[in-house]
Amino acid sequence: MEELTLIAKGAEADILLDPDWNGVKAIIKRRGEKRYRIPELDAAIRRSRTVREASIIHRAKEAGVPTPLIYGVDPDGARIVMEYVEGEKVRDVVDRIGPRERARLFKEIGMKAGLLHGAGIAHGDLTTSNIISGGGRVVFIDFGLAEMSEDVESRGVDLNLMYRMLMSTHYEHTEELFVAFKAGYEETLGEAREALDRMDEISKRGRYVERE
Amino acid sequence: MADLVVETCLGIESTADNLGMGVARSDGTILANVITTHVPEEGGIHPREAARHHAEVMGETLSEALDSAGITARDLDYIAFSQGPGMGPSLRTGATAARALAVRLGIPLVGVNHCVAHIEIGRLATGAEDPLALYVSGGNTIVTGFEAGRYRIFGETLDIAVGNCLDTFSREAGLPYPGGPAVERLALEGGTLISLPYVVKGMDLSYSGLLTAVTQAYRSGKWSLEDLCFSLQEVAYSMLGEVTERALAHTGKRELLLTGGVGANKRLRAMIGSIAEEHGAAPSFVPIGYATDNGAMIAWTGVLAFRSGIRTPIDRSHIDPRWRLDRVEVPWRS
Repeated sequence: MEELTLIAKGAEADILLDPDWNGVKAIIKRRGEKRYRIPELDAAIRRSRTVREASIIHRAKEAGVPTPLIYGVDPDGARIVMEYVEGEKVRDVVDRIGPRERARLFKEIGMKAGLLHGAGIAHGDLTTSNIISGGGRVVFIDFGLAEMSEDVESRGVDLNLMYRMLMSTHYEHTEELFVAFKAGYEETLGEAREALDRMDEISKRGRYVERE
Repeated sequence: MADLVVETCLGIESTADNLGMGVARSDGTILANVITTHVPEEGGIHPREAARHHAEVMGETLSEALDSAGITARDLDYIAFSQGPGMGPSLRTGATAARALAVRLGIPLVGVNHCVAHIEIGRLATGAEDPLALYVSGGNTIVTGFEAGRYRIFGETLDIAVGNCLDTFSREAGLPYPGGPAVERLALEGGTLISLPYVVKGMDLSYSGLLTAVTQAYRSGKWSLEDLCFSLQEVAYSMLGEVTERALAHTGKRELLLTGGVGANKRLRAMIGSIAEEHGAAPSFVPIGYATDNGAMIAWTGVLAFRSGIRTPIDRSHIDPRWRLDRVEVPWRS
């Protein structure tokens, strides 16, 4: 049996690669214990997020949003076994590609985000680190903070986070990327306008922003 | 050549309930850091009452700061003041004093962003060079780090500040002022975790639901105050820990700075220490006199700004109660 390799140590979970999980290449997402939290709170958070993440990944796929296939779930061990997705984080791709490619990529991301929201799923951590680009498609990963919600509020929070990430990390192309994202989002989600308006409102709720 | 000339700056801080006067020199020494606090007779900070307090003690606080620094007003090279963000009436009182002094002494004025000042004094006091900073107080809850000319905000509260949540609960529960230390003391006696809303939205936090829930739990009479304080602290600080850890992983910074008044809490310090260790980052904790709202941080940031050529003419010295951290250019680090 081949050994597991730690391929990413996220803030919340370790991502392990199993080169031969019953004959396929698989990712094991393991939510490690957080020593800064008391064990009781920590266990409750890790267990509920594991179960929720697996079930939402499945629902997203049903809605037409590419996500990893789920092979197995272990709530008490806070582990999910899932498909290994070939590709690269969008965060690392953005600054390397040209404007046309960037626009195409972010329109595609916007379209999938619209489908996701249309299926009643709020991602909860919609950043460019949590979308993989590869093989001509974008795959949404890390649904650890996702929730089933049709609330315009949750949608607005997702959009606000995406925009904020574009500002903090992709500050050279923020507006350009968001315009493309928005075009895709509006194409697949009927209530896009409402969610985008809410995003504006949420961004103004942050401390000390300009209010008209 | 310019470095041979050591300049002296007075900093005036008056964003909320503290009036602070500090004196910093351009070689990085802090000569004075005098803080006076307005303690409300009841309820939270009333901006107008706080401003009245600041105006009343302005003169004596200034004398005390100059005496403590062993200088006279004539030794000052420029005046820095907290221009925002914060409570309008309080800010205005400090700004008015700063303008009057600058005009009287015929020296330049430098408007400083309060949040930037918290980070800069933290860097000076701890020696951290390029930290990810968690800045937590009664008015602010921000995870920030320097990237491309500014302090970028990676996470922040979407409603009330964590310190505000703790203070308001402690008042509801009839605990003595200040609220944070009172909750911390009682929490040590508690140990049963009460289920409370743990609200992390992406990189942002929300504390208003937690405040409502813990207040309702208190009023229900079902729980001991010790367990309520214990649970409130664990949930409120774990939320901070989570967002801080994620930002640390995202930015890859090697230092983690805890600052702001809530940074005095030992439980939060332990969490930050644990997170830093986990990620191989060096934790640093700002000493309380520099972590709470103070004048030294304004004076020191005034020095940094002045030496980068920043001046604030009187006609552009109006306060900005909503001046966001991430809108400030930080040329001294670029």
